[in-house]
Amino acid sequence: MATTAEDLAREDKLQGLGCSRKRKEDPRFIQGKGTYVDDVKLPGMLFADMVRSPYAHARIKSINKDKALALPGVHAVLTAADLKPLNLHWMPTLAGDVQAVLADEKVHLQYQEVAVVIADDRYIAADAVELVEVEYEPLPVLVDPHKALDDDAPILREDIKDKDNAGQGPRKHPNHIFSWEVGEQEATSRAFDEAEVVVKEEIYYPRVHPSPLETCGCVASFDKVKGSLMVYITSQAPHIVRTVVSMLSGLPESKVRIISPDIGGGFGNKVGIYPGYVTAIVASIVLGRPVKWVEDRMEHLSTTAWARDYYMTGELAADKNGRIKGLRVNVLADHGAFNSHAQPTKWPAGFFSICTGSYDIPVAYVKVDGVYTNKAPGGVAYRCSFRVTEAVYVIERMMDVLAQKLGIDRMELRMRNFVKPEQFPYHTALGWELDSGDYHTALTKVLKAVDYEGLIKEQAEKRSKGELMGIGVTTFTEVVGAGPSRNCDILGVGMFDSAEIRVHPTGSVIARMGTISQGQGHQTTYAQIIASELGIPSDEIQIEEGDTDTAPYGLGTYGSRSTPVGGAATAMAARKIHDKARKIAAHLLEASENDLEWDIDRFKVKGVPGAEKTMKEIAWAAYNRPPEGLEPGLEAVNYYDPPNFTYPFGAYLCVVDIDKYTGEVKVRRFYALDDCGTRINPMIIEGQIHGGLNEGFAVAMGQELPFDAEGNILGNTFMDYFIPTTMETPHWETDYTVTPSPHHPLGAKGVAESPHVGSIPCFTSAVVNAFAHKGVTHMNMPHTSFRVWQKIHELSLDKRE
Amino acid sequence: MAKHNISFKLNGQQVNALVESRELLVHVIREQCGQTGTHIGCETSHCGVCTVDLNGESVKSCTVLAVQADGSEVMTVEGLAQNGVLHAVQEAFMQEHGLQCGFCTPGMLIRAYRFLQENPNPTEEEIRWGLSGNLCRCTGYQNIIKAVKVAAEKMQSV
Repeated sequence: MATTAEDLAREDKLQGLGCSRKRKEDPRFIQGKGTYVDDVKLPGMLFADMVRSPYAHARIKSINKDKALALPGVHAVLTAADLKPLNLHWMPTLAGDVQAVLADEKVHLQYQEVAVVIADDRYIAADAVELVEVEYEPLPVLVDPHKALDDDAPILREDIKDKDNAGQGPRKHPNHIFSWEVGEQEATSRAFDEAEVVVKEEIYYPRVHPSPLETCGCVASFDKVKGSLMVYITSQAPHIVRTVVSMLSGLPESKVRIISPDIGGGFGNKVGIYPGYVTAIVASIVLGRPVKWVEDRMEHLSTTAWARDYYMTGELAADKNGRIKGLRVNVLADHGAFNSHAQPTKWPAGFFSICTGSYDIPVAYVKVDGVYTNKAPGGVAYRCSFRVTEAVYVIERMMDVLAQKLGIDRMELRMRNFVKPEQFPYHTALGWELDSGDYHTALTKVLKAVDYEGLIKEQAEKRSKGELMGIGVTTFTEVVGAGPSRNCDILGVGMFDSAEIRVHPTGSVIARMGTISQGQGHQTTYAQIIASELGIPSDEIQIEEGDTDTAPYGLGTYGSRSTPVGGAATAMAARKIHDKARKIAAHLLEASENDLEWDIDRFKVKGVPGAEKTMKEIAWAAYNRPPEGLEPGLEAVNYYDPPNFTYPFGAYLCVVDIDKYTGEVKVRRFYALDDCGTRINPMIIEGQIHGGLNEGFAVAMGQELPFDAEGNILGNTFMDYFIPTTMETPHWETDYTVTPSPHHPLGAKGVAESPHVGSIPCFTSAVVNAFAHKGVTHMNMPHTSFRVWQKIHELSLDKRE
Repeated sequence: MAKHNISFKLNGQQVNALVESRELLVHVIREQCGQTGTHIGCETSHCGVCTVDLNGESVKSCTVLAVQADGSEVMTVEGLAQNGVLHAVQEAFMQEHGLQCGFCTPGMLIRAYRFLQENPNPTEEEIRWGLSGNLCRCTGYQNIIKAVKVAAEKMQSV
């Protein structure tokens, strides 16, 4: 602990843990010098473009490529028939299913990839796409997941219709993917039978799309002479891509190099492997030239991974005082035409069972059924840990519904049911061990900050005048940082993560991680961790990620796992170096290791003023005269397998005013208190929270991907799909408490997804609360003006005097 | 497909290009001129990551034909810094944490640059209106707005 001014100056110079260090990524981005996939230009590079299906369900009668191939500048047109001899016309999904790379005899969704055209430039490729003639025979379309298991439902997946297991357990119908149950069904039923009060609500979480501003793409370059493949790709998980590409192509993994360069946002959309990547790779191998594939926005919204689409039935049992006795949730999950949601293998509904929330609930039962429909495959974690957004939504909605039924204030009901600080580590009814939390303090702080009592009074006055004002609340707990390899893997690879740190002779550092930033600022924050651990200034620490030839193997960045897992690996690798440095220091100072103490950036001999060695001096000695018996050099690798997940939490409050004639919802105030444990860089945390809140606002207030009865996707451009601009976006207020994780080396929990997960039910809570005095208990998202106006009109609240 | 010889000034440098009638300005800037700071996000003029300055006006270069730029002056993010000195909007975006993934940033900066020429002393509401044609998925806009305000103050004080 720094005490003197000189100590403080030394500590400041490090720019370590807890300081709002300015980002090291920014200089290249503000000068247009970032390198995103579409910026990569290789000699002789060709362009790929896709022929896509206009139908949601149809048999392919014939494909005629002649006219396309005759166009000057076209090098190849590939179909499933061309990929079949290579056994690449289908590919495994991360969820144990298979997905067509190019449609094999049948299309299962509108815009499905039917053929890929390779041409000299993107204009010729687009022309050639128009010249490929495909004859279709339309088939009956399945759009409504509630009809998927009907006896007369069209069978979608003929390729697996006779399989009684589609990779995630037994199934009961050709359109059924899995049933997943967790908890105690009978005990839960008993709790409901014996309860004084029971509430039940049908809650739909619409299909939404993460839609980062950079679409998906890649540049594949196969070197025929070396037999090696290099792929620049928009991936949140480059190492897993390498493993999958090796398995699919038969190339040794050591000859596959995957590079995730700068990524223009991911939000869960860039975890999976898409047909465009595979076809570009195949085309490069076949043609021996680099091939670029970059999709456009419509392709992106129509075919790449979306999120949610959960039909949830929530039920709570409680006593008259509002103490919860049981929770039951049944879910029908629409997974689209292929089961390619990206969840850890053993978790077909992700971590949905975190749906007991921040509350002490004695018994619970959850069942999720996944079904196929003629829609794009997906169900990924859009700025959240796997299905945690859905889980938080259902429990937070149900808490409001229960409060309303009992006539207890929603804040008071939460206070009565919170897990208490002394109960941690707390074992939930559905099997999670919540690591730490102080929910009462968080909510109390928020209520005080916003003058909750004052808001309630104001609302009562407004209601008496016929005006619509809503107060929303959420007090959420997430599960992030997947995860312990004993129960988390992707395709059999445990979900650890890694860091490799090298201290050079002059004391500067290069460090590489298995994660990959898509805007989170890893280059800045990982350096801060190392700076504090090793006493080397952040500015002398270079961070690199995303190149599988240089970085250690890691599972990537999604599910808020970088800080909980990658950050822990970074701290642990630094501590290995620290341990070795202590030995070297003891040798240099001719002292016993036990007589040394660490002081910011140096080891000192206790009680001997002036007897000290800085980390820089130690680094030089490590390469110059290490103690006998100690290897030269100063570097370390750590593969960190977390003992548990981390459980960030927060308390959010939202105030809305609704125009009763137009249905327009104006967010007057949004107050977000987050507890992510130890805070590494407060400036970056705040930025992440602003962004997450805005993505939550987008989901709650406008985003959805609807379909018509023929399976035509509606809303697949930015004309229709809602991305908030500066004009709609509210002003955000942020706050925090700090409850460190007891098992993380730094006490950090992860933060960037909390605001998305936590804000969505808060917006719904506020909108519904505006109508609560009229007996409304729930309204499905998105809360667009039209939909809100429909509710107003239904309740005759828009009558002019 | 008919081809046309066009020439225009890109960030102060004369550029000659042979383009098809249908070729988009953004593709010529990125692929023929090799200046990849200007990005492509939606191809429908909604997202604004392709925003450039064309004869003193902000345009979305994904929906401008390259032939329309013949004889004009085009400025992109690469032209903001002068003689190695960053422009005030660039400094302010770094200072106020106005960017995360960086994909919208070039368009935001070049729009902010033009907006502050049009309105050197804007209110927050005016900044919100002025930047409403540029989408960002990462920042929630709050720090972008703050950065534009800070840049305006800095430019006023010079």
